[in-house]
Amino acid sequence: MPQDLPSPPESTKSKYWRKPLDADTVKVPHGELHIIVNRCKGCRFCVEYCPRDVLEMAEDFNVKGYHYPLVKDEVACVNCQLCEMLCPEFAIFCTQTEDEEEGGGEDEG
Amino acid sequence: MTEETTVTEETQDVAHPMDDLLRMDRMPHIWCPTCGLGTVVTALALALGKSGIPLDDIAVVSGIGCTGRVAGYIKVDSFHTTHGRAIPFATGLHLANPKLKVIVVSGDGDLIAIGGNHFIHAARRNVDITVICVNNFIYAMTGGQVAPTTPLTANASTMPYGNFEPPFNIPHLADSCGAAYVARWSSLHVRRMTTAFAEAIATPGFSLVEVVTPCSTLYARRNRLGTGLDLLKFYHDNCEIQHGADTRSLNIDFQGKITLGKFIERPRPTFLDRLDNWYGQVFGDKYEPYVGDRK
Amino acid sequence: MKADPKGVLTGAHYLDGDHAAAEGALAAGCRFLAGYPITPSTEVAERFAARIPKVGGGVFIQMEDELASMAAILGGAWAGKKSMTVTSGPGFSLMMENLGLGIMMEVPLVLINVQRGGPSTGLPTLPGQADMMQARWGSHGDYEIIAICPSSPQEAFDYMITAFNFSEKYRVPTLVMMDECVGHMTEKVVIPPADEIEITPRKEYTGPPEEYLPYLPDKDMIPWMTKAGDGTRFHTTGLTHDEKGYPVMNADCQETLVRRLVDKIRTNADEIAILEEEEIDGADVVLISYGISSRVAIPAIERARREGLKVGSLRLVTVWPFPETRVRELAKNVKALVIPEMNYGQVYYEIERCAAGNARTVLVPHAGGWVHDVDDIYAGIKEGLK
Repeated sequence: MPQDLPSPPESTKSKYWRKPLDADTVKVPHGELHIIVNRCKGCRFCVEYCPRDVLEMAEDFNVKGYHYPLVKDEVACVNCQLCEMLCPEFAIFCTQTEDEEEGGGEDEG
Repeated sequence: MTEETTVTEETQDVAHPMDDLLRMDRMPHIWCPTCGLGTVVTALALALGKSGIPLDDIAVVSGIGCTGRVAGYIKVDSFHTTHGRAIPFATGLHLANPKLKVIVVSGDGDLIAIGGNHFIHAARRNVDITVICVNNFIYAMTGGQVAPTTPLTANASTMPYGNFEPPFNIPHLADSCGAAYVARWSSLHVRRMTTAFAEAIATPGFSLVEVVTPCSTLYARRNRLGTGLDLLKFYHDNCEIQHGADTRSLNIDFQGKITLGKFIERPRPTFLDRLDNWYGQVFGDKYEPYVGDRK
Repeated sequence: MKADPKGVLTGAHYLDGDHAAAEGALAAGCRFLAGYPITPSTEVAERFAARIPKVGGGVFIQMEDELASMAAILGGAWAGKKSMTVTSGPGFSLMMENLGLGIMMEVPLVLINVQRGGPSTGLPTLPGQADMMQARWGSHGDYEIIAICPSSPQEAFDYMITAFNFSEKYRVPTLVMMDECVGHMTEKVVIPPADEIEITPRKEYTGPPEEYLPYLPDKDMIPWMTKAGDGTRFHTTGLTHDEKGYPVMNADCQETLVRRLVDKIRTNADEIAILEEEEIDGADVVLISYGISSRVAIPAIERARREGLKVGSLRLVTVWPFPETRVRELAKNVKALVIPEMNYGQVYYEIERCAAGNARTVLVPHAGGWVHDVDDIYAGIKEGLK
């Protein structure tokens, strides 16, 4: 990224620093998260690397005694599936919600 | 290991996207919290799913160690063999049925120490197998002993005052022995790792992907590096992607910069290509090609 | 099922034991040999390497070492090819770990050991029979295995087929324990037409792929086998495992598995036992031998008989599982059992155990490097009759 451009905003919730030219035509996909709570071993990979800051760690423990992720901002998920790919426990996955199918979330791991 | 996983009610009605690729009846797996191996399995499963190769034609072979357990979780024909011998076992599978796409997934100790001889010879012969070498810099299953990949000065239980043996540079080793495809990624770079697995599988001949992976219980703990998450953050800040880098430059120093990328892609005739070509020349029309008759 | 004619070199040939064993393997349908050169076994691999491109449908590969050779044929067998390797003493030692994997995974394959003098590098070009206990117990852990000892090139051919058949029937690695003399001796070998060679097919699973359990034993204790690529998407491991092939780390599973691995061979020992008996009835002393030693013993037996001594002969073709029933029975009816072998007591101690004090047991030892002196065996017979 060239130096003279403004830095991305502090928030990870993709506030645009300029409005994309095709913003009207691109539908942002939306994902639904599924968490298999008792498979989780509390590594926090998903919470840490979610580019939309959708997840947070629960105060509670699962049956194995680990804190597990909870969805704190369901609307923000764009089904990028990074959490699903990073999760070493196969404990979280994402499905695209029916009504919005165009476009696709891309985020480099 | 045999205990049943309790799955919460709300998730049982939606199938996990990898149900068909993984042995979910074996979950939870044996790996520690914040270990990167689960991520590598996901990437491999995704690469297999996307490869277009029928899953029935894929075989996964592992040796011994933490990574040795990978074969037990992937739902294809899978072989958990002896320490260091995954590559020759895979060579036998492939040669006896060239239609199989054989993938070796094993650790740095298994493939580069006890199995080092097989590694270099499989690369030399250019046997058409894919090798995924998960490098966590240590012998984890046995409790944190020094590995041939442990960076200089890093602590290990059998190098209690720090490692003074120079480690192997795995991509350089594979490159110098003639591997057709060589790449290195970290388990944080999960999409690029998946792409690399897919490319390695699609490359005829000996292909190698080294995956730098956090071991929180042994490597990170012994070296006071935090958890697996801290190691992922370290990879995020210190990995540099340099495709086509000279493999001689890929040494990994203790907590130093890690160069990632696709370094080698040079398809050349495989063992069986050469066998059929040569016997075709020697015996002429009388020779019935070995691979030809199986396709 | 009959042999595939492509691998059968029907006719009368003048072959050494190593070459005859390679022909036996090809006739049995072996199409994958991974090996590493070692005297005096190399000629088996050489013959196979020369023949396989002409026979077709198979591969020979010279691996980087014996560890790799043994691992490769396990893979070859799982991919559906009849597979074998061949070695001698030092290489046999290197193969032991993966032989154990073959036992644990229940892989049909054949391993030839052309025995030479040991320990260590020993006598590469000269005979020995001192790996017999290594054949039985060489890999760690508890198991039963099959070992066959041919004593001529013709037998090297014939018993290679038997070895492959046993390995398929019982799903166990089968050892062909030759010795340097048998390997390098050249004699007439008659190879029959393919339709006269009986081949035991693999015990293949034919049910729905999704229901396959790789280690669910049949009534005969032997599970059905599939091969990689068949669509059953099975898992197999060297760890203690359940019927699914999944690792289970507990004593119950260990008991079930190891007991079955042992019993599937042990309870069939009488069926696996190939024995050649001669003038046993009414004998005072019976000479028990195997491999080249049984041929060296012939003049000693004849000499004793000319002197009016009642000497019988029991030749063990199958040494493992030990033909216990027959030896126990025999010990009750004779004064002595005389055992010439090229070691300082290996199979001898099994015989002594089975004799259980009912007959004297006399070992005629030889350290290897050459065969027994006939006089020594004769003296052993006399000793037994004292």
